[in-house]
Amino acid sequence: MAEVKLIASSLSLFCTRIEWALKLKGVEYEYLEEDLRNKSPLLLSYNPVHKKVPVLVHNGKPIAESLIVLEYIEETWKDSSLLPEDPYEKAMARFWAKFADEKCLFGAFDACRAEGDEKEKAIETAVESFAFLENQLERRKYFGGEQIGYLDLALGWIPHWLNVMEEVGCMKLADAQRFPLLHQWAEDFIGTPLIKECLPPRDKLVEYFTASINYLRSLAASQQ
Amino acid sequence: MAESDVKVKVLGSWSSPFVMRTMIALNIKSVNYEYLEERLWEGKSELLLKSNPVHKKIPVLIHGDKPICESLIIVQYIDEVWSSTPSILPSDPHERAAARFWAAYLDEKWFPSMRTISIAQGEDAKKAAIAQLEEGLVLLEEAFGKCSKGKPFFGGDQIGYLDIAFGCFLGWLRVTEKISGINLLGEAKTPALLKWAHRFCSDASVKDVMPETEKLAEFGKMIMAKMRGAAPPKS
Repeated sequence: MAEVKLIASSLSLFCTRIEWALKLKGVEYEYLEEDLRNKSPLLLSYNPVHKKVPVLVHNGKPIAESLIVLEYIEETWKDSSLLPEDPYEKAMARFWAKFADEKCLFGAFDACRAEGDEKEKAIETAVESFAFLENQLERRKYFGGEQIGYLDLALGWIPHWLNVMEEVGCMKLADAQRFPLLHQWAEDFIGTPLIKECLPPRDKLVEYFTASINYLRSLAASQQ
Repeated sequence: MAESDVKVKVLGSWSSPFVMRTMIALNIKSVNYEYLEERLWEGKSELLLKSNPVHKKIPVLIHGDKPICESLIIVQYIDEVWSSTPSILPSDPHERAAARFWAAYLDEKWFPSMRTISIAQGEDAKKAAIAQLEEGLVLLEEAFGKCSKGKPFFGGDQIGYLDIAFGCFLGWLRVTEKISGINLLGEAKTPALLKWAHRFCSDASVKDVMPETEKLAEFGKMIMAKMRGAAPPKS
């Protein structure tokens, strides 16, 4: 029985974060693909509260919530540190990861889904949140400094998933002109072989986001 | 410069459970700090806007010249900077992950449903919110059993991260029980949590920073009245 299992969905950016962390640390794991439309008894037993992926199972014990899983991985496998040693720098990394999930990611998804005037406003709000990230990069190659770290992994959805959301949502949130540092970071990040090899096929993501957006819009329309 | 020489300030509001988390953590570590009350209904202070430009929210911990925001991040920071015992987070990675998991659950699912009760339109919405609170408490009762392993707190012999994350909501929980007339933390479904709540509130690091339920209830009524545009009730 494998010591480390990852219950995941290949299209989920929350799951890819975990794969990146495990690979960076050189941890061997068994990948278990979950069909989210038909959740397995295994997933439901390991994450009864949220019933979501990713779930990392280590020696039979589950850990859920992707940012919490990243911290668990950092604390359990000590090679290739992902978080800074300094408590203040660590707090900053945690702060920006939380901010990015709450404001940038959901902001981008909202803007993708929205239509008309609501869309304009959602785009403006999302762009404001990306501006904060641009300011964090300064002269560093990665958010983690010279090496990829926790915050890079937390923001790792930007180069691939955001691009798809922008296409499906007919919008531009983080273009090279407006956010040159973020754009450069995205290129460097996605150009790293270990990062690139975990990315799901773009066409599948486009399909997934298109279906999600259509579903949400039809739901909203039927509730009016 | 020794940690004890660097000034510590907390920007907060007496009624905020999130601010309470910060103060409990500092009290556990016996750290001296200056508390600055933000009178949020009079407008946010320059210091708050400068130290938390992203969210403009309390609490903010200002350690020397460094601001740290978001209550759970602050508590972890405090644990890491003042690293002498007592520890706030457990040492075992799996236990740490469990504590973080439940703290995130409280913030993202449980407490928002408590807030929903006061603004819920109609009986159905109110009932649904109360049901979510009750369901959450049953989950937390079970989590308490697993985390405490027979000891007085989620953190074991002493108050830990999850005690702080959950215990800070007890004041508002009691207000909700008072207003809705429903006993949420009780002998029938949550006997262990009922006893834990009493121990938590009596703890030396908590009792001076836990607001009185009556005072919170009055404050809650005032906020609701303000939100509805009516004149605040005379106290």
